[in-house]
Amino acid sequence: MDEHIQSVVTVFSERFGTGVYEFRGEVSLILTSDRIVAACQSLRDEFDFELLTEETAVDYWPEQTPRFHLVYRLRSLKHNTIIGLRMPVDGNDPTIPSLIGLYANANWFERELWDMFGIHFEGHPDLRRVVMPEDWVGHPLRKDYPLGYEEVQYTFNFDEIDARKPYAKE
Amino acid sequence: MGIEQKVGNMGIVTVSLEKAVNWARTNAMWPMLFGLACCAIEMMSAEAAHYDMSRFGMELMRASPRQSDLMIVAGRVSRKMAPVLRRLYDQMPDPKWVISMGDCASCGGVFNNYAIVQGVDEVVPVDVYVAGCPPRPEALIHGVLTLYEKVRSEKLKDWA
Repeated sequence: MDEHIQSVVTVFSERFGTGVYEFRGEVSLILTSDRIVAACQSLRDEFDFELLTEETAVDYWPEQTPRFHLVYRLRSLKHNTIIGLRMPVDGNDPTIPSLIGLYANANWFERELWDMFGIHFEGHPDLRRVVMPEDWVGHPLRKDYPLGYEEVQYTFNFDEIDARKPYAKE
Repeated sequence: MGIEQKVGNMGIVTVSLEKAVNWARTNAMWPMLFGLACCAIEMMSAEAAHYDMSRFGMELMRASPRQSDLMIVAGRVSRKMAPVLRRLYDQMPDPKWVISMGDCASCGGVFNNYAIVQGVDEVVPVDVYVAGCPPRPEALIHGVLTLYEKVRSEKLKDWA
């Protein structure tokens, strides 16, 4: 483990009680959602993680508590290191604090997370869909969202599907 | 027959109006500059020097739907793109034709999911489907020539 990362891990396990997990040399801290803003504040200001490179989520449906994992990746250009943050969130009306006050580029990441996973961000100034059409119903990257809307056509069901397919008029 | 014998050799050719109109339509059919995915790369190379679609009067890709006769839907159409595609189609002046290029535009291809329209014929009426993923330029040119055959057999009264 990198020296800089090691110091972060030591300080954070004392201050925020974070868990650590390492995979192929990449370190992730596991923390709860009420600590995320304070943790990112200290990562940015004390440990020089100036750049939020990624903010995304994983759906572990059908598990419900926790159902989602929010995944953050922060990069320190000064020390040339990357650190990950993982935050378990409940499936029932997931609401977590927004990071916009710390990293301005969290704006569109959080809009996409709302669009795709239906995760609410408290304090986000403009939480609307960014990828899907505005009138879309549902959040497509949730595991319980249906994958497609048309069956695959084979010879045995060709006519049946063809009959209910909406063809465009002139 | 008729007029040629009466007027002698004056450089006049007679032809039915239908044939003349269809000849004009097929020999200067301008496609719209509208690529959606990797099929657009094959469409570009069909237009470019090696395959040279200008042999069939199609050298000009119009950037405006109001100046084009043919829409080549080259690539997968997302559900967000579908209203845009329909609007472009509605802006094209009659007569107009649509070629659905490639598997994705024709039937959704490998993308059987929530985001992609399962066949562009749900949005606009399609004249010719070109299969392939992506179709080679020869396939697209064959599709265009198939469309030409269709246009040449069109009756003038149907357009009235």
